[in-house]
Amino acid sequence: MKQQIIVSGIGGQGVLLLTRVIAQAALSAGLPVLTSETHGMAQRGGSVLSTIKVGGFASPLIRAGQADVALLLWADNLAVHRPLLKADGALFINSASAPAGCGCDASALAGCGCDASALARQIGPAVLANLVLLGCALRQQALFCDAAACRAAIEQLVPARLLAVNLQALDAGLAG
Amino acid sequence: MATPSSPTASPAQLLMGNEAIAQGLLEAGCQVAAAYPGTPSTEVLQALIDQRQRAGAPLHIEWSVNEKIAFEVALAASYSGKRSVAVMKQVGLNVAADPFMRTAYLGVVGGLLVVVADDPGPHSSQNEQDSRLFCLQARVPVLDPASPAEARAWVAPAYALSERYGRALVLRPTTRICHSRQSLTLAPVEPQPRSARFVPDTARWCATPAFLPALHQQLNADLAEIAHEAAFQPLLQPGNGRDRRYSRTALVASGIVYAHLVDLLADLGLSGAMDLYQVRMPYPLNPDWCATLRRDYDRLLVLEETYPVIELQLAHPGAVGKQSGTVPREGELTPDVLLQVLTDFLDLPRSAPVSSGGRGQRPSLCPGCPHRSAFYSIKKCFPKGIFPSDIGCYTLGLNLGAVHTVHCMGACISQGAGFYQAHRQDGGDWPTVVVTIGDSTFFHSGIAALINAVLQQARIVVVILDNATTAMTGGQPVPHLGRRATGEASRAIAIEPLVRACGVDFLEVCDPYDQARFETLLRAADAHIRSDNGGVAVLIARHGCIMDPAVRQAQQAPPVRIDASCIGCRKCVDAFECPALSMDANGKQALVDHDRCIGCNACIAVCPVNAIQAANAGEQL
Repeated sequence: MKQQIIVSGIGGQGVLLLTRVIAQAALSAGLPVLTSETHGMAQRGGSVLSTIKVGGFASPLIRAGQADVALLLWADNLAVHRPLLKADGALFINSASAPAGCGCDASALAGCGCDASALARQIGPAVLANLVLLGCALRQQALFCDAAACRAAIEQLVPARLLAVNLQALDAGLAG
Repeated sequence: MATPSSPTASPAQLLMGNEAIAQGLLEAGCQVAAAYPGTPSTEVLQALIDQRQRAGAPLHIEWSVNEKIAFEVALAASYSGKRSVAVMKQVGLNVAADPFMRTAYLGVVGGLLVVVADDPGPHSSQNEQDSRLFCLQARVPVLDPASPAEARAWVAPAYALSERYGRALVLRPTTRICHSRQSLTLAPVEPQPRSARFVPDTARWCATPAFLPALHQQLNADLAEIAHEAAFQPLLQPGNGRDRRYSRTALVASGIVYAHLVDLLADLGLSGAMDLYQVRMPYPLNPDWCATLRRDYDRLLVLEETYPVIELQLAHPGAVGKQSGTVPREGELTPDVLLQVLTDFLDLPRSAPVSSGGRGQRPSLCPGCPHRSAFYSIKKCFPKGIFPSDIGCYTLGLNLGAVHTVHCMGACISQGAGFYQAHRQDGGDWPTVVVTIGDSTFFHSGIAALINAVLQQARIVVVILDNATTAMTGGQPVPHLGRRATGEASRAIAIEPLVRACGVDFLEVCDPYDQARFETLLRAADAHIRSDNGGVAVLIARHGCIMDPAVRQAQQAPPVRIDASCIGCRKCVDAFECPALSMDANGKQALVDHDRCIGCNACIAVCPVNAIQAANAGEQL
């Protein structure tokens, strides 16, 4: 199993946690995994990108047109990070409507994401959109792992006092 | 679908490169670790702090006040026979350059490793200098790992090498090593405490010029031997010889670029098509290996970040790389860049170049950041001022037009003094110079500059932006908190007495959220510097960093409201530049993003028509 995944957002949206959850799911499945993360100045609200490479890779970076899956927490990053995705790659965007350039039917977002922030606000702070979007991608079976693996990873990584809302966010995405 | 196994079945952990290096340090028996935070190096020391209970021996960990100090602390621990480490980012080595350069000649006793994290790109730095070239100039061996696993695995042999020759070594990870995660299995840490034993040797530790030629000679002799050390010789992945076109062609790469190259060759179906070398120690290079390359290959492609360090040493007539211009001389060597370089080198059909989507959203100060209020007031009070600033989150004050220069740690105060001297000598009116410097930067290298500015009678306003943390790198403690890296209480070194001791007569402290008072003080400071006996005026803008959960908790409030009286002047969006404020689709009215506004209410005073209001008490958080 080989899969290349990008997670895109802006600083403060929980891109790092989402990246770690997916990578942990790979690790727990015994799959080799490499990630790269954005730290430093860009974390102050700027565009950030994480990459996750599952399977036998040497480099953590993903070339243009090579990502199998893209999870975009910030729709405006589409122009910047879309070129990383394969032509037939799976794209999931956190957006209230299908943004221009995503290649989906403009009226229906169902094929490429969900309004993860809105779903998150029903549970708690909008930052939970990260795991809502993960649930959305899992529901469409776009990832190398299943929901149970991600749930276990969240239980490993999220502090106990925040665990319940994070799991609820995953469930909200899974329910669609 | 993969089936997840029980997390206890495998002891593998997902470690960031910096965490992996920290594990290597623990496993190798490092006993003194000193650092100043700086992206991308910061998490090495943080991981040591978090994992220190794994140490098999007493372990002193400190956030030093700057990199020079961190290096010197680690150096003396090494003189005492202990294994030690100093950690810094690439420009931190510039700060530590003075002791670092002399250490090359004098050598060490206990293993001394300097972890210097480079930032090709750069992603979060003021330049993309190559520490390997720095090491070539300093004559210090340097290691260039290609993965977090290698970075960790090389620590113990690096210490062994350091002790065998009595030489400091540099481990040079880059951003893509530091901030990558990889699955790694932790090794048990064997207890290996050593007793400190410093042996005075004045001919060495105090080496005067009389002793230095011999020390220099010994250094050169050691380097010649280290170049042949088996542990870090270039590794050859031999080609399969099937394609005769490549029989006298080889690829030479080091660091993360080697990893990119391995994946790229696999993608192109070229794995094993030609000889591939991984250079693990770019300096000193083994001259015999260089001679072999000259003998066995007509063409070499040298791939390295960021400067042509290997290429220059190879002096191979058929080598191409950055020096020849075949490889871009600046920026990160990403896999996309490598693809173009490699296809050109091998004369393969070129794939369509990828159009860059740009850089995306620019970073900005957080909603509620006290620096934003300070910058807004500074710009408002001195529209024609000169604003030298410095390294930290507050660099982002440039978005508000309140930052004119950003150079290197601590430069702003001396630059401010220089601006004053240059403008004042012309006679007539002179612009008010308002310097902004963070609290951590002030301690790092602002104090000597402040003394100099006072001594030279520079009439400038220095605003110390005191948010009680080193914010940009994730909140490391600052000296005025009186807290050590490991959390224990220490003596707090307050800023005010330091400023007064530097000879500053005008000193005021203010919360920049209180814009009216802060602006009154700014004008008073300007009056002071222009008065007969005026000199440097210092204002401390004091408000905790909004990223600190305790600060957030203490000022929890609902978002502001903007009513229909908004005239769409964009002042709150452009001049105040809060990311929680934006214009509506028609550009007619400002909107509040309720997910991002923290209700600091600092924007209320910015609105010329009072359209922004605090939420009513009792409104839902």
